[in-house]
Amino acid sequence: MVKLDDLSPGSVRHLLDKDCAEFETAPFVAGPPLRERRVAIVTTAGLHRRDDRNFDVSDLSYRVIPGDVRLDDLVMTQASVNFDRTGFQQDVNVVLPLDRLREMQMAGEIGSIANYHYAFNGAGQLPAAFEATGREVGRLLKEDGVNAALLVPV
Amino acid sequence: MGALAHYIEDEGVPTTGISLVRENTERLRPPRFLWVPFELGRPYGAPDEPEFQTKVLRAALALLQRPGPSPILDDFPDPAPGDSPADLTEWSCPISFPPPESTNEPDLLSRVLGEISSLAPWQALAEKQRGRTGLGAARMDIDASARFLHALLTDGASAHNPATDLSPGQAFRGASEDMKTFYVEAATARPGRVSSRELADWFWGETSAGALLLALHPVCRDSADPGVRRVAVGQLIPRAQLKRLEN
Repeated sequence: MVKLDDLSPGSVRHLLDKDCAEFETAPFVAGPPLRERRVAIVTTAGLHRRDDRNFDVSDLSYRVIPGDVRLDDLVMTQASVNFDRTGFQQDVNVVLPLDRLREMQMAGEIGSIANYHYAFNGAGQLPAAFEATGREVGRLLKEDGVNAALLVPV
Repeated sequence: MGALAHYIEDEGVPTTGISLVRENTERLRPPRFLWVPFELGRPYGAPDEPEFQTKVLRAALALLQRPGPSPILDDFPDPAPGDSPADLTEWSCPISFPPPESTNEPDLLSRVLGEISSLAPWQALAEKQRGRTGLGAARMDIDASARFLHALLTDGASAHNPATDLSPGQAFRGASEDMKTFYVEAATARPGRVSSRELADWFWGETSAGALLLALHPVCRDSADPGVRRVAVGQLIPRAQLKRLEN
């Protein structure tokens, strides 16, 4: 489980008391078989290239991660301290599975990997606050020909 | 995360995703999500478990082939490797710290710098083995991070910030994260499974660096710098470790 049972009462309250937006629409876009899909990752782990700007608290902006990024160029400046970072410190793929995606592409399980992935800071804001930048990233993904956006929380 | 999925799909891009808190995903109703029974911070289960990570990834991507309707919320069936109590060993840090050398540094800083010196070969080994380090949030080396954190303790808002492109609050946040990263990378350099809880309890309970961060909390929450104050209040000590402030 996410281990809600293992968390402190304050953490459980913080997680479950979020004001989750209710959407009136239910978009559902079809696509080709997986072996023909172009995949991008959108993460809320606050990852970025080492020389890019750190995320600040309540930061609604996003960082661009090149598809061919070297994993040693990634740092995490997500605003929250209330999740495990020790997994990421040992292996980026536990948060951003780029090596796994590259293996699936080599094996022909997916078609291609996008030119760019995107990272948000998923802390300090209500979900609905990300509408403007979320839609902007959606348009950028579309321009890149992405037809499989993989959303990864932390 | 669920809201982002909704906005991106609404722009015409098919999405799938990982849910770590099922209750929130049920409320947000993104198009396709896979709930996983893993710890916060580990959406693909466990580090250095490539086969398991691929299994999770395949399960998430497979949702894209389902006909709908929205929302699809599946449960991943398997716990993360190392996640059952039977998998845990009684881990202890393989590095023992030497007693502080006699220096001109105040005692706590001297102890932290001594720890860093002892851990440095292991952190370097970890960096070489993994081909990467997560250090870099503070944009200063680890000794400078320790000195800056200690200066915040002793000098408050007038502490010299060596990271010229970061505000004092950002530098405080980055230095505290880099300290944890340095210690964990060093402590996990040797093969062997260790849980996040064991690592956190070791850092916060057994190291002088943890003691330094705990000592900063009551001092910096009253800082004249609002950024430093904000970090001290909510971005310094995990909720699970706040109990240590009561000791």
